[in-house]
Amino acid sequence: MLGHGCQPASCFVLDPFFRKIARVITENCLEIAVSTDPGVVSSHNEDSVFADARLGLAIIADGMGGYNAGEVASGMATTRLAADLDRVISSSALQAACQAGDTATIERHLLNEVSAANFAVFHAAASSSRYAGMGTTLVLAWFHNNRMTVAHVGDSRLYRLRGDEFALLTRDHSLLQEQLDSGMITPEEARYAGNRNLVTRALGVDPAVDVEIGTFDVSRGDIVLLCSDGLNDMVEDEEIALALRTLGGNLQLAADHLVQLANDNGGRDNVSVILIKVREDFATGRNWWQRMRDMLK
Amino acid sequence: MAKLILSMDGLVLKEIPLNKERLSIGRKPHNDIQIDNLAISGDHAVVVTILADSFLEDLNSTNGTLVNGQPIKKHFLRNNDIIELGKYKLKYLADLQASVAASDFERNAAIRSGQLKMPSELQLESGDTITRSSVGLASVPKPPSPLPGAAIQLLNGPNAGKELDLTKTLTTLGKPGLQVAVIAKRPHGFFITHVEGRQFPVVNGRSLDAQAYPLGDHDVIEIAGIKMEFFLKG
Repeated sequence: MLGHGCQPASCFVLDPFFRKIARVITENCLEIAVSTDPGVVSSHNEDSVFADARLGLAIIADGMGGYNAGEVASGMATTRLAADLDRVISSSALQAACQAGDTATIERHLLNEVSAANFAVFHAAASSSRYAGMGTTLVLAWFHNNRMTVAHVGDSRLYRLRGDEFALLTRDHSLLQEQLDSGMITPEEARYAGNRNLVTRALGVDPAVDVEIGTFDVSRGDIVLLCSDGLNDMVEDEEIALALRTLGGNLQLAADHLVQLANDNGGRDNVSVILIKVREDFATGRNWWQRMRDMLK
Repeated sequence: MAKLILSMDGLVLKEIPLNKERLSIGRKPHNDIQIDNLAISGDHAVVVTILADSFLEDLNSTNGTLVNGQPIKKHFLRNNDIIELGKYKLKYLADLQASVAASDFERNAAIRSGQLKMPSELQLESGDTITRSSVGLASVPKPPSPLPGAAIQLLNGPNAGKELDLTKTLTTLGKPGLQVAVIAKRPHGFFITHVEGRQFPVVNGRSLDAQAYPLGDHDVIEIAGIKMEFFLKG
């Protein structure tokens, strides 16, 4: 299951063993900045990050499990999804669905790939005692035809800044969120609750996984943020929004600043951030990425 | 400290401070709260306390555990909750002062209780809740000495003399599209960073690079032709 497919030259997967990586990709309609850091407390990074402006794809996985298993789980999920989605996105079925605006088909394809990645991690965890019990969260966004399809499992998040409106578009699969939903605790209590590290869903824990998926519209000027909980546990939403509004003109600086804010506040956990700025409208009869590919030929 | 008040038929029997991480309730003698009554299971329930938060969990007792009249399996205890086991009642009284102090402490010292390991009772329940890879306990950071306030004063241009307090974590300077810089307020000082534009900010006559530059008292900054002085406030 590992080593499936090879990476196209313009893709990159951030090696979780690197201490710190930051990089900007600017291609066509999307500008992407990535920043990931082990934080202040931990020496190794169990987060895994993938971003590719050509594909319009961004993924963050936050691994869990003893020894290095968390890194294995998140790395495996990210690498596999990046390779598989590259293939799927280029497939004629998905191209047709994009042009027709067939959200259901797109979501079904993405769900299939996430399910396959889940099974791969689960299988690896089951076949080696070193990896027993490993798992990973996932947040994935694919940009297509002025929309983005977002899939997530666990407590990694996706936010969207549009004008002054900063909104969280994913809902954590965590014990804390469930307690909030059932009214057991108030949002005020939740801010200081001690159980913020318990997730109720994760990739690789069961042979099947319940993935939450949705499609949102995207417009020019939007800034989309994907992050691991190392950011939103340490930095209040208002501070995140302020950083995006103020530093949106320099996306890499904004991404680095968010990581710095998390570390200044204690940096308890690994922190990973992907920022995607929508520079141009990408709604056309033909897909923006397809036009891009034609240009490259 | 939060506590439980044990009573039966309106008669207060005992006051139990929640001073242990795990407080067990049951009929068997090894329990922290032993209730010798046949309606109570040998190991009936447990209260897990982490900092100011307490959770009640029923240990698959025969007759169950109610909170405010509702049967529960796991429950996050709130002030004045009434726990019922058979004929016995336990009232939960939170220490509201401590929880406020704890949250203040967390905020100021930037310590999150999330780094504490959850007791095993709450971790795994038929595998539907997964504990996140826990990061080791951080060495307790020193509470940051409060950073002195700072401001900038414009030295030329139409608004010369005007002062701008740097109270937010980020303050932007300059003209969007032309030249923008930002001053970040961090725990250990104020830093100026170039954001956009072809020209970089000039501090004390020297042009900066892309790196953040730590500002010192009375540094003179020049952005988009406007000169301004940075100064610390007592």
